[in-house]
Amino acid sequence: MNPGLPTISLRWLPVWRRNFLVWRKLFGPAMLGNFVEPMLYLLALGYGLGSFIGPMQGLSYSAFLASGLVCSSAMNTATFEALYSAYTRMSPQQTWPGMLATPLAVDDIVLGELLWAGTKSLFSVAPIVAVAAGLGLVHDLNALWVLPIALFAGSCFAALALVVTSYAKSYDFFLYYFTLIITPMFLASGVFFPLDAMPLALQHAAQVLPLTHAVELVRPLMTGQPLPNPLPHLAVLLLYGLAGFYLSCVLLRRRLMA
Amino acid sequence: MLQTMVAPDVLTPTTLVHPCTSQAVVEARALRKFYGDVPVVDGVDLRVRPGECFGLLGPNGAGKTTTLRMLLGATPISGGELKVLGHTVSGQAREMRARIGVVPQQDNLDPDFTVIENLRVYASYFGLGGADIERRIAELLAFTALEGKAQAPINTLSGGMKRRLTLARALINDPDLLILDEPTTGLDPQARQLLWQRLRTLLSQGKTLILTTHYMEEAERLCDRVAVMDQGRILSEGSPAQLIRQHIEPHVVEVYGPEVEHWYQESGQRLADRVEHAGETVFCYSRDAHALLDDLSARPDLRYVHRPGNMEDVFLKLTGRDLRD
Repeated sequence: MNPGLPTISLRWLPVWRRNFLVWRKLFGPAMLGNFVEPMLYLLALGYGLGSFIGPMQGLSYSAFLASGLVCSSAMNTATFEALYSAYTRMSPQQTWPGMLATPLAVDDIVLGELLWAGTKSLFSVAPIVAVAAGLGLVHDLNALWVLPIALFAGSCFAALALVVTSYAKSYDFFLYYFTLIITPMFLASGVFFPLDAMPLALQHAAQVLPLTHAVELVRPLMTGQPLPNPLPHLAVLLLYGLAGFYLSCVLLRRRLMA
Repeated sequence: MLQTMVAPDVLTPTTLVHPCTSQAVVEARALRKFYGDVPVVDGVDLRVRPGECFGLLGPNGAGKTTTLRMLLGATPISGGELKVLGHTVSGQAREMRARIGVVPQQDNLDPDFTVIENLRVYASYFGLGGADIERRIAELLAFTALEGKAQAPINTLSGGMKRRLTLARALINDPDLLILDEPTTGLDPQARQLLWQRLRTLLSQGKTLILTTHYMEEAERLCDRVAVMDQGRILSEGSPAQLIRQHIEPHVVEVYGPEVEHWYQESGQRLADRVEHAGETVFCYSRDAHALLDDLSARPDLRYVHRPGNMEDVFLKLTGRDLRD
């Protein structure tokens, strides 16, 4: 096993570009999925459920929810891409082994794939922000900061998901990750309701979750609430991202170069 | 800028003839690979010269593909020394792979791209692009008889066309060494002939080829030298003609028929230098076939074929007739 630190260069670019070219050819159905689902949540829960709910942290429920859904969409899009799509490229399609016969290395593939998944998060978040703005749920142009944050957070979530992919023997394996990690995060990180609605122990637990910190960055930026110190939140996401990047490099080197 | 970062000197002129170097293309000494405690490659010595076609034959599980993967730097070596194109494999795998082309056993073409998009994307992995590569792609499509198919999606290609495209792709960086893992398995005879023709052209241009194959005919026709491998070791090595002369008697008579078992007990054993029995066939190997042929011509119930020894005989003699799973 090669436990060395990942070598970083610009060789991830051809990997990213290949995925981008495929996306550009086929992007219709994928865009639909990444965009329509959060919109349905926003409309059904934001307006439907929201009509029964008073102001949440001083915001209408729709405004509160929209910023949460931006984060969960970034997480889900990147995770899905780094699990299902990456696994397809790794195993049945053998795209990654094909790349490894060229000057590209496993580290280049991992970096290219996680940055691509982050890019997809960006593509999925942009229309949500646009529609939310159209519905009057966005406070001001500070909301545009959400776009680079989606790219960044998406890449971090993708790095974690690639660790799972390195172990997978089939697509079914991913259900464990969704059921045990993604869905609990989706429900308990402040997307649907403020953290202080939960018992104190769970609130503390939620501080460990990367999605919580994405929400803490995005909600103020979209709703005009104060964001005095973004650095700790960015740092938590970065730590998860770096840990995922390192681990997935080591594990995928072992799997692909045995 | 991308080219500088990825592969500083990979772009070469489109003329395909390379100067011959006296340095061996592959030098392996006591090469070993262990998976756990099992020696999958167990002390292999190899020397492949520039411009030759070297074949690696062996039954399933012999260690051929593992040896190829070590050559490519796709798996670390467990012991011994390995140099490919002058590079020590583990340390300089990236520079070495920039000069190698690979045709894998299973095609791994991108199903979402067309023929030409596959070639362009693969070129980008080497840091190649632009007008030079477009010209090279056009040449490669002509070389592999795929000119009309540039815009075709991969799923519209036949097996033979996909293999030709994989060959074109393997040549995109104008490699000095081409590694092919069972290149014609699954192809019909015409497709196989076309591929052999193209490989011979590449050899005449000075490229070095290393291939593994189960087709003895392919080994005999294409390879300058062949190594027969089994259980991680090389059993015998030399040109196909040398191996046949060395291991097989000049005359081979294959005898079939319902009474062949009986004939074998009665006459076959006695009349040939060496006899092998496989199912319904008796293989008789002899320096002189006259006695055998006289005997058989008097037996209308038995069919027989009289032929010279070939690589299949060598292979079966060295590795046995038992099934390998």
